[in-house]
Amino acid sequence: MDEQHTVRRRLVVVGGGMVAHRLVEALTDRDLDGAWQVDVFAEESRPPYDRVALTSFFSGRDPDDLLLGEPELWHRDGVRLHTNAAVQRIDTERREVHARGRRFPYDALVIATGSYPAVPPVPGSDLPGAFVYRTVDDVTELRAWATTRHLKRPVRGAVVGGGLLGLEAAGALTAMGVETTVVEFAPRLMPIQVDEGGGEGLRRLIEKLGVNVRTATATSKVRAGSNGRVNRMDFADGSKLPVDLVVFATGVRPRDELAREAGLPVGDRGGVVVDETCATGTPDVYAIGEVACIEGRTWGLVAPGYTMAEIVADRLLGGSATFPGADTSTKLKLLGVDVASFGDAFAESPGALEVVYADPVAGAYKKLVLSDDAQTLLGGVLVGDASAYASLRPMVGQKLGADPTAWLLPEGASAAPAADLPDAANVCSCNNVSAGAIRCAVSEEGCTDLAGVKACTKAGTSCGSCLPLVKKLVGSELEKSGVAVSNALCEHFELSRAQLFDVVRVQDLGTFSEILERHGTGRGCDICRPVVASILASLGTGHVLDRDTARLQDTNDHVMANLQKDGTYSVVPRVPGGEITPQGLIDIGQVASDFGLYTKITGGQRIDLFGARIEQLPSIWQRLVDAGFESGHAYGKALRTVKSCVGSQWCRYGVQDSVALAIALELRYRGLRSPHKIKLGVSGCARECAEARSKDVGVIATEHGWNVYVGGNGGFTPRHAQLFAEDLSTDDLVRTIDRFLMYYVRTADRLQRTAAWVEEHEGGLEAIADVVIDDSLGIGADLDAAMACHVDGYVDEWAATLADPEKRAQFVSFVNAPDTQDDGVGGAIDNRGTVIAGPTLEVRR
Amino acid sequence: MTLTPDRVTTWTRICPVDRLIPERGVAALVDSEPVAVFLLDDDGSGEVRVHAVAHHDPFSNANVMARGIIGSVGTGEDYRDTVASPMYKQVFDLATGQCLTEPGVCLSVYPVRLVDGHVEIGHGAPPSGP
Ligand SMILES: Cc1cc2nc3c(=O)[nH]c(=O)nc-3n(C[C@H](O)[C@H](O)[C@H](O)COP(=O)(O)OP(=O)(O)OC[C@H]3O[C@@H](n4cnc5c(N)ncnc54)[C@H](O)[C@@H]3O)c2cc1C
Ligand code: SF4
Repeated sequence: MDEQHTVRRRLVVVGGGMVAHRLVEALTDRDLDGAWQVDVFAEESRPPYDRVALTSFFSGRDPDDLLLGEPELWHRDGVRLHTNAAVQRIDTERREVHARGRRFPYDALVIATGSYPAVPPVPGSDLPGAFVYRTVDDVTELRAWATTRHLKRPVRGAVVGGGLLGLEAAGALTAMGVETTVVEFAPRLMPIQVDEGGGEGLRRLIEKLGVNVRTATATSKVRAGSNGRVNRMDFADGSKLPVDLVVFATGVRPRDELAREAGLPVGDRGGVVVDETCATGTPDVYAIGEVACIEGRTWGLVAPGYTMAEIVADRLLGGSATFPGADTSTKLKLLGVDVASFGDAFAESPGALEVVYADPVAGAYKKLVLSDDAQTLLGGVLVGDASAYASLRPMVGQKLGADPTAWLLPEGASAAPAADLPDAANVCSCNNVSAGAIRCAVSEEGCTDLAGVKACTKAGTSCGSCLPLVKKLVGSELEKSGVAVSNALCEHFELSRAQLFDVVRVQDLGTFSEILERHGTGRGCDICRPVVASILASLGTGHVLDRDTARLQDTNDHVMANLQKDGTYSVVPRVPGGEITPQGLIDIGQVASDFGLYTKITGGQRIDLFGARIEQLPSIWQRLVDAGFESGHAYGKALRTVKSCVGSQWCRYGVQDSVALAIALELRYRGLRSPHKIKLGVSGCARECAEARSKDVGVIATEHGWNVYVGGNGGFTPRHAQLFAEDLSTDDLVRTIDRFLMYYVRTADRLQRTAAWVEEHEGGLEAIADVVIDDSLGIGADLDAAMACHVDGYVDEWAATLADPEKRAQFVSFVNAPDTQDDGVGGAIDNRGTVIAGPTLEVRR
Repeated sequence: MTLTPDRVTTWTRICPVDRLIPERGVAALVDSEPVAVFLLDDDGSGEVRVHAVAHHDPFSNANVMARGIIGSVGTGEDYRDTVASPMYKQVFDLATGQCLTEPGVCLSVYPVRLVDGHVEIGHGAPPSGP
């Protein structure tokens, strides 16, 4: 190979934000020859994260969950991310940047430094207790400030700025229990996105949520109390407002200071001036994202920034992409209120007509802007109910067809004409994905489901507001290409697990033969049989070893132990909440010792005994049952454990008795069969020592009760559980978990853990909360009854087995030579003699 | 290929038919070889159907086949009764022993007969592979 090829060109990226991330991802995805060595300098301490989702930090999301893309990106060959590394200077003469006291040469330089929050020059805006809202550090400080004031009354806060960002900040404050006032200089909220009518509707909805709104109000001063901290705001009209904190959300300015010093031209209102290829006038220097001034203006949204990143990636690899213009459409949920604005929202096009639907009582305001012949959609504003946004936005510039008012009526909203959408229509504005690209992903790239299309096109991966539309497009395209959109369980059942669950429940079917006869074909298989076993078990029908269910069970469920690689089994007695007496430990130890079993403490706070032969299981269990133990269901798709920290009984910090609750929950849900294993955790205070948020259901004690989080798991794709309900009493908590679990058991797919179920559930976590907490489907009582039936019907499977000679007789090595040991199982113990506990084998020290 | 009944030199009686659980397997020792024996449901012909294949799972190298789940694949001409290994879930044709999910691997198959309500398994020359 010729020498030139092996020398990589050096790309330096200044700034490690959202747009820089997209640039590196796009470039390295396509730079297959490794032409570029990429160095990213990031001032913040974290790898690029999803700033758009910053507010979710307040609903309990871990900052690490906000990180963008695959962490593997930063380990790709030729990619280096320098965090805590602000660039101090750009030297375009010598083609190098200064950071961390060193110089780094570049062959190409990309400035992606984003913006900083612009704080108006109000006296006192820098006092302790005054905040901005831009970075993870900002929100971390804000939260600490708001939650550690020990006042005898609620904390009071003000947000200066009633725009998008200000309302988000107000939502965050309210969520922390702060009494919040939004102060806006303009005569209405969100003056940039919505018109007067929309602003009025928004105000009403927001006030209903207990947030005070003051429009047309100028702040003249922030005053400190005797402790030097913020305690009052003074307004231009002479009025005052007592406050404990102030958040400034008054717009952003491009961080163009390095560029200015380097002599690069900046726009009138700031921003590094670039042409339609994102190039500055200086060779090999580009600017992208919020810091770039393109077509004479800067963009405070992520979508245009992503487009610029793609352009520069393309240019660096020899392409010729140019900036196609950007879309300012926005849809958000602020304090639970939907707001969307798109296209020509202010009807500025000549001759534009407006069609308005307003329902002041419900607080809904919707407006479409149409061309002068009332045929073509130009834009619109939706406040209160923005469900039509996903369908309408891609229609901008298209003929609306039917009576436009139909789109505005509450029920017309979801009439998404996905099939008719022209290929050119932009469906995902964050990532600039057209309807055509989505169709193509299905018809040509061979994607067969939503997840595949998301991965392939990136559609729906940023703000997610277009997902319903993407889903419809994928569905109709799959149908068109003849792929039946199948959620069939396997070749024997056309139905999905959830559908099968329903028919079995409604038709009251009790045996596999009946179910197969009515709804399936063939004899079933190792996929559908265990699913039916689990459904029957969830509905409370029979023992796992009963003759008809026996045929359905995976060997684990059949022998009530976990098959290991050498054909032996492991045995796990239940240790509710991880609490065990000294005698219990001795009994388990004695059993392990007598049967020569290897012992290991599990992650679920109990003890796993390995190396049991099938014929030993009844004698082992006889001993365990006699000592007071019961099945731990480690073998089942069922409740596994409720892990707990030691809690208020011992811990200096504990605020509730986490162990007692964990035991109660474990005893309540033990034996509950489910689509996948279920784990719970309970921590006695916010320090979270039980790692409850890595569980399907995590409970964390608060001063007032319990917070419950759902949808977490460890494993291959770890997920943090998300906050579901706060400060519940123990009774409310138990009912919430009852319903959540039962609803999951009934409606999830085979082997779908709660995290995936929540994600795939129409409407996500909120919709599940509607069902579970607000009983929107009216099935609450039914779910409660089903759980009560489970709790009442519980029997220990192992005790039942031991009591039944016919069942017990099934545990033999050979049916015709029950006393002969099978040499074809049990290699693991012999091979690892040094690590085995037991009388014959030494324990490793 | 299977040991055909005419090469059988000995039949080993293993247990009464009603000791078997429909649609599940048990392990048996036949001439010191571990064999997995399955009782299938009556398919309408009124015939008691018992299959016997090697208990040894070639993929995991452990004797576990008798603990697999019974099932079927296909319909009509292509219909097969199957057993899935409990370890790594490969599926085998019960009648021929062929692995259907990873072709080329095969379990030995043993002839079975019922005498006086008892299951008997034939062996003779060592059972051979394909
Ligand atoms: C709370 C909130 C909600 C938002 N919601 C939306 C929304 O719903 N929709 C939408 O489209 N947009 C939204 N935005 C705006 C969106 O986040 C930005 O448009 C986007 O992050 C811009 O990306 P960027 O890479 O240009 O800048 P940034 O993401 O700000 O990244 C710039 C990075 O460069 C670093 N940097 C600056 N100077 C230097 C230096 N000298 N050396 C090294 N590093 C440096 C900064 O520390 C920063 O990390 C929101 C923003 C916030 C704060
Ligand atoms: S979570 Fe809280 S109560 Fe539990 S052990 Fe940790 S500090 Fe103590």
